Amino acid sequence: MRALHHFSAAAAIGLSALLGVAHQASAQIKIGAVLSVTGPASFLGDPEKKTLEIYVEEINAKGGVNGQKIQLIVYDDGGIADNARTFATRLVEDDKIVAMVGGSTTGATMAMIPVFEDAKIPFISLAGAIQIIEPVHKWVFKTPHTDKMACEKIFADLKTRNLTTVALISGTDAFGKSMRDQCVAVAPKTGITIALEESYGPRDSDMTPQLTNIRNKAGVQAVVNPGFGQGPAIVTRNYRQLGITLPLYQSHGVASKQFIDLAGPAAEGVRLPAAALLIAEKLPASDPQKPVVVNYSRNYQQKSGQAVSTFGGHAYDGLMILVAAMQRAKSADTAKVRDEIERTKGYIGTGGIVNMTPADHMGLDLSAFHMLEIKSGDWTLVPGT
Amino acid sequence: MAELLQFVSSGLTVGAIYALVGLGFTLIYKASDIINFAQGEFVMLGGMMTVFVAMADVPLPVAALIAAIVTAGVGLALHRFAIEPARGASPVVLIMITIGASIFLRGIAQIVFDKRFHSLPPLFGSDPIQFGGAAILPQSLAVLGGAAFIVILLWLFIERTLLGKAVIATSANRLAARLIGIDTRQIVDFSFVVSAVIGAIAGILITPIALTSYDVGTLLALKGFAAAMLGGIGSAPGAVVGGLLLGMIEAMTAGYLSSNYKDAVAFLIILIVLIAIPQGLFGRAKIERV
Repeated sequence: MRALHHFSAAAAIGLSALLGVAHQASAQIKIGAVLSVTGPASFLGDPEKKTLEIYVEEINAKGGVNGQKIQLIVYDDGGIADNARTFATRLVEDDKIVAMVGGSTTGATMAMIPVFEDAKIPFISLAGAIQIIEPVHKWVFKTPHTDKMACEKIFADLKTRNLTTVALISGTDAFGKSMRDQCVAVAPKTGITIALEESYGPRDSDMTPQLTNIRNKAGVQAVVNPGFGQGPAIVTRNYRQLGITLPLYQSHGVASKQFIDLAGPAAEGVRLPAAALLIAEKLPASDPQKPVVVNYSRNYQQKSGQAVSTFGGHAYDGLMILVAAMQRAKSADTAKVRDEIERTKGYIGTGGIVNMTPADHMGLDLSAFHMLEIKSGDWTLVPGT
Repeated sequence: MAELLQFVSSGLTVGAIYALVGLGFTLIYKASDIINFAQGEFVMLGGMMTVFVAMADVPLPVAALIAAIVTAGVGLALHRFAIEPARGASPVVLIMITIGASIFLRGIAQIVFDKRFHSLPPLFGSDPIQFGGAAILPQSLAVLGGAAFIVILLWLFIERTLLGKAVIATSANRLAARLIGIDTRQIVDFSFVVSAVIGAIAGILITPIALTSYDVGTLLALKGFAAAMLGGIGSAPGAVVGGLLLGMIEAMTAGYLSSNYKDAVAFLIILIVLIAIPQGLFGRAKIERV
């Protein structure tokens, strides 16, 4: 008995010595990020990287998390999913990170999921598609809202205006296609009939034939344009050129000042769903997200010298959810951190109010979107949304 | 009827854009047998440069002029620093060089300018002109007019000036042209500069309709090239007819068939035409004399 006691004491000392060494080596919490900083998706990765750097520095300046500093390791996948997977493996095997915030595109995210699932490391993705969280992967979470929610938000707004028959005109690029599919899928559930579908290529410069067909289709009460880039601006211009007076809905993909500039006066009266971040200063003071989005957008603009984008906001949310989970777990143990991320409740971020559950690894509802209408060349909030 | 007119007006708008881009391929091809795949980047430079110079509170016509001059300089540099040092290489190698140049120019543009979309105000306002129930933008007519103007200038130049004859001579037989005292290097220099300016003018005219960004050149060049091939590469009227035809096919397919198939149908028709008439509608067949 006495010997045993001795032994366990020695073991305890040995163990703590060992832990001590380990503790020395990981005095910093290593967080990995694989982002599309360059390449075609750099409009996502660039603000994401800047955001992570700004806030990791800020957190470290305040003493870090649980007394440990964060070390951020960023790799640039150049928008190529293969690269993302290679870097993910490097983050796991060489850098020995404890958590991952990144994956700018859906392609990169899907390529990296198996790596983090195998390594049992929490992975918070910054990409849009619903496939990332449906079906649920134990170690994978995401912060941006999905296309499906944008469709649901648009359809909900149509219902309040008593409009039920719509025409879709969508881009054939990845964004337009994915959102079109989601809209078609949720339409029957929300009581919306899609009477006509048209499409256009990502570089088309005139959509009047498609819109002429929509104009001539009997019974269409509104038009929805899932699309990204310059296409929606041209659709909007052609829409007015043809003198169509039905309500026109654009997607969250063009929720930026740039769209209003490109579409010009034709944008008047266009409605679209958008995250709170874009209208930070316009939100009513009672909105719980207001302080968060105002602070983030001011901070980002000041430190990076660039206009704020929702994509940087997704990175902010990912980092903050992770840091909060580590604080609740009081450690950087991967399994404990994962459990705490899943228990995130009432986190108020730039993308909305996050309530995760084991079945929902995004945790946003339709209140994450606000319905905007363009009036006199600026966004206005549609009341009651 | 109103529909048909609207589809025609769309076809004219899109077709005029393809024609204007396609025209840029003709002169360089005439002078040197090279298909310049950096032509789309000339179009991009014309539009983007005008946008950015105009942002610095320069009046729009001056901005457009500066853009055309700078693009001409880029065209000259492309020939002097990339094509000329490799002269004697086969046309395939030279075409590869122009593809490299196009990637390079796109990369530079995204650093010098930005990665956003931009637009320019249209020349004659944005109120559509109504006729028979169809609406066409005045800018579409400006693009069409620009294409016609360039075709006439090119025709006058090739047929009526000594320099134009020198271009023909250079293209026919470079050695013989040099033997009769034509500085062929200057002629090819010249064809690159003029093609760059045509590209820049195209970029400036189409930006109010099609918008522009650093990577707008690739797909425009593809469609413009298809238009030029359809019409017969090296022929200016051919490029215009090819462009308008391509635009019209796309608009009619989108209008009457399905917008999903408009590119497929357009390229299918090009394939059929080129199988039947390999030199294109207006091209002259190359005859090898043995």
